[in-house]
Amino acid sequence: MDAANYLYISALLFTIGAVGVVVRRNAIVVFMCIELMLNAANLSFVTFSRINGDLNGQVMAFFTMVVAACEVVVGLAIIVAIYRSRRSASVDDANLLKR
Amino acid sequence: MIQLALEVGQTATPEAVMFWILGPLAVVAALGMLLVKKAVHSAILMAFVMIVLAVFYIAQDAAFLGVVQIVVYTGAVMMLFLFILMLVGVDASDSLTETIRGLRPIAITAAVGFGGLMVALLGRATLGRSSVGLNAANSEGNVQGIAQLLFSTYVWPFEVVSSLLITAALGAMVLAHHQTSAKPTQRQLSINRFRGKSLANAAGLPAPGVFARHNAVDVPALLPDGTPAAASVNVSLKARGDILDSNAFDLSKVSTQVEEEK
Repeated sequence: MDAANYLYISALLFTIGAVGVVVRRNAIVVFMCIELMLNAANLSFVTFSRINGDLNGQVMAFFTMVVAACEVVVGLAIIVAIYRSRRSASVDDANLLKR
Repeated sequence: MIQLALEVGQTATPEAVMFWILGPLAVVAALGMLLVKKAVHSAILMAFVMIVLAVFYIAQDAAFLGVVQIVVYTGAVMMLFLFILMLVGVDASDSLTETIRGLRPIAITAAVGFGGLMVALLGRATLGRSSVGLNAANSEGNVQGIAQLLFSTYVWPFEVVSSLLITAALGAMVLAHHQTSAKPTQRQLSINRFRGKSLANAAGLPAPGVFARHNAVDVPALLPDGTPAAASVNVSLKARGDILDSNAFDLSKVSTQVEEEK
């Protein structure tokens, strides 16, 4: 099987994640879609690592995972802080600067 | 199971079977993430996509990353997501209604364009050679190979990333820390209740279902004049949409004529 098929899946998952970030309103779902995009990029890294016979790609994917974990921790803490003050987890409600 | 997945990765046909079963399932689950209404269902579908990706990693000779994917993502990150979902609870932001007009068609058009561009690009691009495979690179074992790179070439990024992790943990603690202001005493609460704008709630909020036609928590109580008291129903029931329309219980709109039994 051609390893490039994994790249197609990766591109599709990335696109779906990008649509989710734009379309959904619940901040937690938006966050999950960002995670989906990061994971899609990771799949590309692993596939290219296999295509090139080089472990550097896997190390990059490992670093991406660490950064994604940091991002989740800080992002969810921000969501909790916003929810505590505004009683809403909707990204549309956080528009204080607009008013 | 890992051994099996590794063997699947070595031979061509089983990998193709695995790919063509799990790949479409992952895409369908990812699409479902966008379409389901409840955030918890999105989280479950997301966990499924992550597990499929872990299988893909293991099948592609990245056993270490596959296991890390399961431990970090389906284990830690998704649990964190579910935990926050339970903490924040359900509110109106779960609904799929469009708030910015015309956003959805634009987003879908842009996505089709972007996805089409990526897929077309991948279809046209060629490396000029077949894929090398990781047999040589993994000859000492996948974990050993990654460790060798991580602690020689990438030792500085590794240190930086570890400091990033510590900073993130501290940041999360600072952000999520809740400064509890002094709790009002019973005397203070009592003063607030009686010296407030109105004495309507001086005796406490009405309990749901009192004098109502049904005796349930989602039915507002009826005030002495027959109007429903919206404040008697729990706010979280309202947010979930489980409350019945309070106007339906207004006594002035209900026929109170008693039909005589014959």
